[in-house]
Amino acid sequence: MGKTLFDKIWDAHVVSSNEGFPDVLYIDTHFIHEVTSPQAFDGLRKRGLPVFRPQQTVATADHNVPTWDQHLPIKEELSRYQVDMLTKNTKKFGIELYGLGHPYQGIVHVIGPELGITRPGGTYVCGDSHTSTHGAFGAIAFGIGTSQVEQVLATQCLLQARPKRMKIEVNGTLQNGVGAKDIILYIIAQISAAGGTGYAVEYAGDTIRSLSMEGRMTICNMSIEMGARCGLIAPDDTTINYVKGREFAPKGEDWDKAEAYWRTLYSDEDAQFDEVLSFKAEDIEPMITYGTNPGMGIGVTQHVPATEDFEVKEQGSYKKALDYMGLHDDEQLLGKPIDYVFIGSCTNSRIEDLRQVAAFVKGKQKADNVTVWVVPGSKQVEQQAKAEGLDKIFEAAGFPLREPGCSACLGMNEDKIPAGKYCVSTSNRNFEGRQGPNSRTFLASPLTAAAAAITGRVTDIREMLSESVV
Amino acid sequence: MATKIFKHIQTSVVPLPIENIDTDQIIPARFLKATTREGFGNNLFRDWRFDENDNPKTDFVLNNPNYSGRILVAGKNFGCGSSREHAAWAIDDYGFDAVVSSFFADIFKGNALNNGLLPVQVSDDFLKKLFDAVFADANAQVEINLVDQFIKIVATGEQESFEINPYKKACLINGYDDIDYILSKKHEIEEFETQR
Repeated sequence: MGKTLFDKIWDAHVVSSNEGFPDVLYIDTHFIHEVTSPQAFDGLRKRGLPVFRPQQTVATADHNVPTWDQHLPIKEELSRYQVDMLTKNTKKFGIELYGLGHPYQGIVHVIGPELGITRPGGTYVCGDSHTSTHGAFGAIAFGIGTSQVEQVLATQCLLQARPKRMKIEVNGTLQNGVGAKDIILYIIAQISAAGGTGYAVEYAGDTIRSLSMEGRMTICNMSIEMGARCGLIAPDDTTINYVKGREFAPKGEDWDKAEAYWRTLYSDEDAQFDEVLSFKAEDIEPMITYGTNPGMGIGVTQHVPATEDFEVKEQGSYKKALDYMGLHDDEQLLGKPIDYVFIGSCTNSRIEDLRQVAAFVKGKQKADNVTVWVVPGSKQVEQQAKAEGLDKIFEAAGFPLREPGCSACLGMNEDKIPAGKYCVSTSNRNFEGRQGPNSRTFLASPLTAAAAAITGRVTDIREMLSESVV
Repeated sequence: MATKIFKHIQTSVVPLPIENIDTDQIIPARFLKATTREGFGNNLFRDWRFDENDNPKTDFVLNNPNYSGRILVAGKNFGCGSSREHAAWAIDDYGFDAVVSSFFADIFKGNALNNGLLPVQVSDDFLKKLFDAVFADANAQVEINLVDQFIKIVATGEQESFEINPYKKACLINGYDDIDYILSKKHEIEEFETQR
């Protein structure tokens, strides 16, 4: 019987497999950041252990960093301390740090791929649930807790039980204005925030194949939002062309060997999945979330559900979510005034996202009632955007291009959405308080967010596309 | 290194019948700036427990003097979202030894197990029985026996068995930790590296 893509990669990384024990899985690259690593380094010190493979560990500072005036010291004391701690720990344990001021600094899930560290067939972990992003290259990549960060630092391996395998196919042609973010929000809305728990999800089908690497990363990034262990997409020409020539990508003969191997990475025709789901691209509208988990999403023209649509035992949780969001049963979001727009995060802060937004807002002005933050995913994305003049387009539209970091995706740095305010956000989580205490998040695609920035309201991007070329 | 040992407990429980409780609710991101594992219990469920002026919200269960105990009982898909282990540390630091739900997000489940906090997954029916029992009597006692893998409502004797990976079970009962085990494989790891 054939193997799935996931099993091919997993099997190639099993160091030891014993009945009754999880597998010992070898990790090719371990990404670390300032938030989930200090206690792991402490653990190593207590055990008197070194980092086993420091050259396979890559560090950056992203969660706590300001996205304005990065050349100045971080104002918030605890944030500064946590970033300083990463600098000290990486220095002491011999790990490369792409910290503030480094040309490679950025969100960990943006820099790994853009530097050619993330490659097909590899295994990647990070103390961060959105590590699933790297699966877009046809790799196994998932988030881990701090005890596991310590485990990987100590051994370059992880004790891990093999998850079940799910295939999600999307076939057909997307409507104009609908993109990767809408696809994944649609899938999560269909199967719920827990629908993928226990599974490694392979995304397949011609719609997925037609996506750029940036789009594929957006899809895999949000695998965790349906509970999946990881998401992955078989490598193809798009993948290989993206990796080729990047800073740390293999070169010369190494490249030829690597490419030949990568071409073998796909699920065999007769491979067995524990679950297979299929969706039609034509059914997908521009999506927006209305609730407090990423599964609570609807097409932008639809109405939010009524409480009575849910089972009695679920009604309390549903009402709590609507109350938090300041919405009512059956409300239509279209036309609702909003206060903030955030374009950024490990989901949508890559150069393609910024290009798409710039192409749309060019020659337009942001609405007076809206504050707009556009935050590049990395120093390299920022430089590229400037080289292409995108910063000038944003500036003319009424909002400056900021500096790289996790920014308003989570309330850990200076960029917070104030209590009670609505933010159309290209990030990945609409949990209560996620963007700041009592903030209210509508998750959407970069284009839908850009449309909201211009109109000041929740807007159907399709109606505006006739006015501009995207 | 030894971790917390779990074999058997009997205690009253704290009910939190909300579904999809994400780790941002368990411990909001702004409290993740600490660089040690201690003290997160003070901020457990911070924004549900306290208002913006840090006054306790009286309608939240942790502020209700009728409910206490070492087991937290919560709605399905508990611990979804961020991988922050701080969520498990906060629940443990507050004084819970086990969390019961009808479904757990898997990163949270792993983090809990790595900290001697037992996630007990029960059926929807049994979860409802637990909520009914504790809402009828705030002191209702619940027994969790890890050795024999069952959870029981003491007053009625209703019980259900639960699953746990046998390796993780042995770790919890004996206070073993994953790193001790994986370090014992070090020469296999080195051999794997040379053979690739």
